[in-house]
Amino acid sequence: MKKLITVALVSFFVFCMASAAMAAAPIKIGALFSVTGPASFLGEPERNTAQMVVDEINRVGGIKGRKIELIAYDTGGDSTKAVQLANKLIKNDQVVAIIGPSTSGETMAVIPVVEKAQVPLISCAAAIKITEPVKPWVFKTAQNDSLAVARIYEQLKKERRTKIALLTVSDGFGASGREQLKAQASRYGIQIVADDTYGPKDTDMTAQLTKIRGVHPQAIICWGTNPGPAVIARNAKQLGINIPLYMSHGVSSKKFIELAGDAAEGIRLPTGKVLVADLLPKNDKQKKSLQSFIKDYQHHYRTEGDHFGGHAWDAVMLLRYAIERGGDNPAAIRKQLEATRNFAGIGGVFNYAARDHAGLTKDAFVLVEVKKKNWTLVK
Amino acid sequence: MKSDKLKFLLFAVVVLAIPLFIPKGYLTNVLIFVGINSMLALGLNLLLGYAGQISLGQAAFFGLGAYGSGVLNTQYVINPWLAMALVAVGVAAFAFAIGFPVLRLKGHYLAMATLGVGVIAYISFNETVDLTGGPSGLSGIENLSIGSFVFDSDIKNYYLVWSFALVSILLAMNMVNSRFGRGLRAIHDSEVAARVMGVNARLMKVQVFALSAFISAIAGSLYCHVMTFISPTSFSFPVSIELLTMVVIGGLGSVFGSVLGALLLTLLPEMLRAFQDMDIIVYGLLLISMTIYLPGGLVRGIPALFRKIVPARGSHA
Repeated sequence: MKKLITVALVSFFVFCMASAAMAAAPIKIGALFSVTGPASFLGEPERNTAQMVVDEINRVGGIKGRKIELIAYDTGGDSTKAVQLANKLIKNDQVVAIIGPSTSGETMAVIPVVEKAQVPLISCAAAIKITEPVKPWVFKTAQNDSLAVARIYEQLKKERRTKIALLTVSDGFGASGREQLKAQASRYGIQIVADDTYGPKDTDMTAQLTKIRGVHPQAIICWGTNPGPAVIARNAKQLGINIPLYMSHGVSSKKFIELAGDAAEGIRLPTGKVLVADLLPKNDKQKKSLQSFIKDYQHHYRTEGDHFGGHAWDAVMLLRYAIERGGDNPAAIRKQLEATRNFAGIGGVFNYAARDHAGLTKDAFVLVEVKKKNWTLVK
Repeated sequence: MKSDKLKFLLFAVVVLAIPLFIPKGYLTNVLIFVGINSMLALGLNLLLGYAGQISLGQAAFFGLGAYGSGVLNTQYVINPWLAMALVAVGVAAFAFAIGFPVLRLKGHYLAMATLGVGVIAYISFNETVDLTGGPSGLSGIENLSIGSFVFDSDIKNYYLVWSFALVSILLAMNMVNSRFGRGLRAIHDSEVAARVMGVNARLMKVQVFALSAFISAIAGSLYCHVMTFISPTSFSFPVSIELLTMVVIGGLGSVFGSVLGALLLTLLPEMLRAFQDMDIIVYGLLLISMTIYLPGGLVRGIPALFRKIVPARGSHA
C-alpha cells in the first residue's frame, strides 16, 4: 500500500512538472532587422523596440501564461542573408511568425520563403509592392508610400500649387515614392515639371537643384532617407530657393533636423503621429499607444523612440492580440491577423482584411513643419 | 596528375554526401550559397591567382548573369536553361570585348578600371527600371526545372548548384595543368619573359578574363533561380571585395583554395552569431590574424601549421 501511494505521489508530481513545463514552453517569434549596414537607422530602433515590447509582455505574465521568446537576427541589409536567416528562423528555430525585415528589398526577397513555408510575416518596410497584390502570409505595419503622397498632394491642392518638381533617391524607397508621386499627380491636378534623381551616397545635389530652379516649379518634393534630404535642404538654402520644400516620411526623426541645421526651418513632411504625440488632440485614438511607447522607450534606452521603432511596436502588438484571440500556430495567427479591426497602434489605426494587408488609411499621416528646430502640426 | 584526380573524386564524394549527414533545413540553405560563392571565387582565382590580373568588378559579371536570366525568365518566354547558356556566352563575349582595352592596364590602373566596370554595372541595374525593376528589385523569377521535376527545395537546389560547381572545379583543374594554364602562370611570374617564350600574353589574359566572367555569369543565373528574387545590392562593390577576400584567405592560385575561402567566409558570419553584437569585431580579428599568420591562404597555411605541430609532438615522444 505504501509503495502504491509513493508511486501515485511520484507520478502525480511528475505529471505536474510536465504540465508546468508544457505551460512554460515559450512561444517563439522570429525577427529579422538590419541592425548593421546602411539601413541600421531602421533596424536598430526596430530591434530595440521589439525586445522592449516582448520584455514588457513577459513581465506581466506573457500571453495566456506563456512567455514569448524573441529570436532576432541581424541581416546587415543584405537580401541573401535575409533569405538564409528566414530559413533558419523557420526550419531550425521553428518560430510561429516573423517580424521584419526592415527594408523593402529584403522583404521582397523573403516573401517566397514564408509563402512556401506558410509562416506569417509582418514586414516593417514601406513599399507598396509588399502587400499589393495581397499575399496570404504577408502583412506590413509601415505606412504605404501612397498615403504619404496623398497627404502632401492634398495640401498642395489646398494651396493651389500645381507645378511641382521631384527629386528622389535611386534606391528602393525613392523608386517606390517616385512611382506613387507620378501615379497620383493627375488625380490632384498636379503637373510634374521636373523629375530628377540622386544617388544614396551623393554629397552634393546643387546640380539637380539648379536644374529644377530653371523650370520654376511651385514646390519641390524630395523623397529619400537620411542623409541625402538634409544635403538637399542645405543646398536649396545655399542656392536661395524659397519655394516650399516637402520631404518624405523617410526623414521623420530628430536626426534630420540635426543634420540639416538651420536649413530645416520651414520644411514640411508627412509623418506618423509619433513625432507629434503631445500635440495631438485628446480624442485621438492612437494617443494612448503613442504615449506608452514613448514613455517605455525613453525608460529603456534613454533616447527618443521614433517612427521606425513604432513599426516593430505595432508588429509585436498585432501578433500578441492575434495569438491571444486565436492560438499559437501559424495558420491561426494568420487568420486572426487578417481579422484585426480598429487596432490603434503607433503607425495608425489598423484594419486588416482579406484584400488589404497594409491596413491603414491616409489618416495615419499628419503633415508637420519644422519651426525653431521642432515639429509643429500644419493645419 | 593522378593525385589531383583522386583529390577531386574525394571532394566530389564529400560534397554529394554532406546533405545526408547534416540536419535538414538551414545549413543546407547556407551551403547552396557556399556553392555559388565557390564558383565566383574560382572565377576570380583563375584570373588573379593564376594569371596575376586583379579584378574588382567580379560582381558585375555575377549581376549580369543574374539579371540576364532573371529578365529573360520574367519578361520573355524562353527556356531558362537555354537562357542561362545564352546569358553566360553573352557575358563572356562582353568581358572579351572590354578585356582588350582594360587588360592592357597593370597593377593599380587595372584595379581602377575593373572597379569602374563594377560600378557602371551596379548603376545600370539601378537605373534601367523598366527592365530590371530598379532598386526595388525583380521578383517572380521561377525555380529551374527539368520536365516536371522542379528544383524548389533546399536539398534539390543544393545538388543543382553543387553539380555546376563541381563541373567548374573539374574544368579549372584540367585547365591549370594544360598548356594554357602554364602560360597563365608564366604571365603571372613575368609577362615579358612569357612573351619571349612565345606565350601570346595579351590574348591569354583576355581569354581567362572571359572565362572568369563566364563562370561568374553561370553562378549569377543559378543565384537568381534559387532566390527567385534579385535586387541590385546583391551585386554592389562590397560583393566584389568579399570575393577578393575569399580568394586571398582561401589561397591564391589554388582551385580548392577558392572553395575553402568561399566556405569560410560564408559560414563564419553564421557561426559568429553566438557572439551577438560583437560578431563583426570577432570576424574582423579572425580575418586579420588569418592574413598575418597564414599568408599563403588556408589551403597552404593549414598543412604548414599541421606539419609544425606534428613533428614537435614527435620529438617529445
